[in-house]
Amino acid sequence: MKFGIMVSAGPYTHQASDTAYYFTEAALKNGHEIVRVFFYHDGVNNGTSLGVPPQDDRNITTRWSALAEKYDLDMVLCVAAAQRRGLLDENEAKRAGKDVSNMAAGFNISGLGQLIDAGIQADRLLVFGD
Amino acid sequence: MTILHIINKSPFEKNSLDTCLRLAKRGSAILLIEDGIYAAQKNTAVGNKLAAAAATHSLYALAPDLDARGIGKDKIIDGISLVDYDGFVQLTTETSGVQSWL
Repeated sequence: MKFGIMVSAGPYTHQASDTAYYFTEAALKNGHEIVRVFFYHDGVNNGTSLGVPPQDDRNITTRWSALAEKYDLDMVLCVAAAQRRGLLDENEAKRAGKDVSNMAAGFNISGLGQLIDAGIQADRLLVFGD
Repeated sequence: MTILHIINKSPFEKNSLDTCLRLAKRGSAILLIEDGIYAAQKNTAVGNKLAAAAATHSLYALAPDLDARGIGKDKIIDGISLVDYDGFVQLTTETSGVQSWL
């Protein structure tokens, strides 16, 4: 079965990012397909490469990156939500005249159309958030 | 055709479970996750309401989230089935659609 995943809450906020991750991992392990993981609203903060959580805590961002690499996941941050919150890839950073980009490995910036597309392609669209 | 309703907030914090119980059709499935699992406890203000819903709906709770909050299986309302993340995935495939009540 094909799943679309939407994450609308930030990491380390409540539990939505963790649940989304564990659900995605379980779906992939059970042979299902993840069409896309779409990060919206505060969920875009899952994609920052500048987070430095304590070493005895989980690193939510690198955990997503590793899952994306293992399963060739399509992980997309909503561009408007990302720009507001200072989540920039190299192109966006250059365009906005910023001296740093902070897109973690495996994350890409794109538009809201990618969420709609995931909803159309997937058999189920699951929303994790607050 | 049944829907899987997902509740992730405590009934003592938000009214999403109430709204869900009011609107969910007979025979549909309700899964409690994250802080939503507090609704699964016996002897609370919402416990009786959920226990009554067990007669008309299939009720589930995500076991890892119960464990994370130190809520033992003996504290859970009868009629609630526990699932792990694999079971969560399976529930979404067995139902015809999902609704997250955020």
